[in-house]
Amino acid sequence: MTSPAILVENVTVHYGEVRALDSAALTLDPARICGLVGMNGSGKSTLFKVIMGMIRPDAGTVRINGQSPSRARKEGGIGYVPQSEDVDWQFPLSVRDVVMMGRYGHQGFTRRASKADRAAVDEALDRVELGPYAGRQIGQLSGGQKKRAFVARGIAQGATTMLLDEPFAGVDKRSEATITRLLRELASDGCTILVSTHDLHALPQLCDEAVLLMHKVLMHGPPDVVLQPENLAMAFGLDVLERDQPDSKVSGTRTLDGKRVNH
Amino acid sequence: MEILLEPLGYDFMVRALVTTALAAVVCAVLSCWLVLIGWSLMGDAVSHAVLPGVVLAYIVGAPFALGALVFALIAVTLIGVVRNTSRVKEDAAIGIVFSSLFALGLVLISVTPSQTDLNHIIFGNLLGVSVPDLIQVLVLGVVAFVILILKRRDLTLYAFDPTHAHAIGLSPQRLGALLLGLLALTSVVALQTVGVVLVVAMLIIPGATAYLLTDRFSRMLVIAPVISAVCSLAGIYLSYYLDTASGAMVVLTQGVVFAVVYLFSPRQGLIGTRLAKARRRKAAALATA
Repeated sequence: MTSPAILVENVTVHYGEVRALDSAALTLDPARICGLVGMNGSGKSTLFKVIMGMIRPDAGTVRINGQSPSRARKEGGIGYVPQSEDVDWQFPLSVRDVVMMGRYGHQGFTRRASKADRAAVDEALDRVELGPYAGRQIGQLSGGQKKRAFVARGIAQGATTMLLDEPFAGVDKRSEATITRLLRELASDGCTILVSTHDLHALPQLCDEAVLLMHKVLMHGPPDVVLQPENLAMAFGLDVLERDQPDSKVSGTRTLDGKRVNH
Repeated sequence: MEILLEPLGYDFMVRALVTTALAAVVCAVLSCWLVLIGWSLMGDAVSHAVLPGVVLAYIVGAPFALGALVFALIAVTLIGVVRNTSRVKEDAAIGIVFSSLFALGLVLISVTPSQTDLNHIIFGNLLGVSVPDLIQVLVLGVVAFVILILKRRDLTLYAFDPTHAHAIGLSPQRLGALLLGLLALTSVVALQTVGVVLVVAMLIIPGATAYLLTDRFSRMLVIAPVISAVCSLAGIYLSYYLDTASGAMVVLTQGVVFAVVYLFSPRQGLIGTRLAKARRRKAAALATA
């Protein structure tokens, strides 16, 4: 029996008095795409940090492909695509420089790039269709291209597990479709992908399964079941899709935060 | 030519020039990371906080660098403790810790005999650099420089995306500590030239100037030290002919060059961007007319 790609067992995390995760449990099989849905403050980022081993849980265990997070990190298996607001877009690096950072785990003491490293970076850039933009400063890309640059970093790294934090924030419809297609391709190549989001409309096309998180895992199943309005209502106490208001004059969808997103 | 060669007739001027050039280069390289991480205030703090360490090292006859490193560590630890265990925010924690340690250094100087020597630490004593001073600066400067250059890619990764550094199995904490340690070493190097009070200028201005000139970090690492070295040497020559304070003149020159770049840099400069905006507006007006 192969071990699950991501195994989170009864993980509890406190920040001082505040309980961020409460016996959260999640099992994700290899080559699946899972959408992690929850409000801000529901523990999504904490769960990411626990999976990456940045926070040691107060209780519970985490396994990545049967290994401890630190072992999995050393082997370069974990790729991470940060939230846009966590990135300094003015930083003087080119797209190629950023993607090359995915190779550092494969390189020696001074991280000198070998021919193989350069080939891996070129291939990753082609794969996300950013080849022509390789020389641009990273801030000079569009919202969707920025995301793809970081996905390329994970590809160049050879990550078998990828964590994406809000990949569709600040991304237009077309780029969203491109990213979705790209992630589906990666999954069919065997990459396990966990996507954190509080934006619901993109999930059914992207994900094989979805998880509702509110300090603990409330529900885990196929996206169309998990995202049923009654489930969301049960979990969050509000009708996120506003299906009962067909005459609503305002176009757009509400996210779980109640923010209105126009498309 | 005569103007450039005349000062070189004096040994103390030669030593001053070598020390300054070296300190300028090492500080400038380090400054590239400091300005991008947003550690300018930390540079200020560490460079001031090493003072008591240097004085104590002088009293017991230990190498300055050792005392400086110990107190840099103490300063950083105290800042972290105050920030994490009270409601005081980081900038306040930095201000409290470094000014207190700096004051401790001043008190130690005031009770230590042979005051003249130690006062030079505060304002620098470029023209009084002795041969042993020069050797110490050379050794520390070269060590700091070599480590910075060898580990430049890891340090840049740490500055840009510490989470990714962690995800691929590197330790952001260790990289941060390395950078702080190098900051302490570099502070000692720069003490000789411009003194504790003005070290921070050499640790910030060159990196900030280079940042306005390029979109590539690898180029910043060349532009910053070149600008810094040229400014420093120019500053010393100016101070020789104008008979002004040498350390202050070095910093003043760097500041003037920053101002020029800030105004005239082709892509980031105030005037360049204004002109480009005006041009675009004019083109748009023509297009609609």
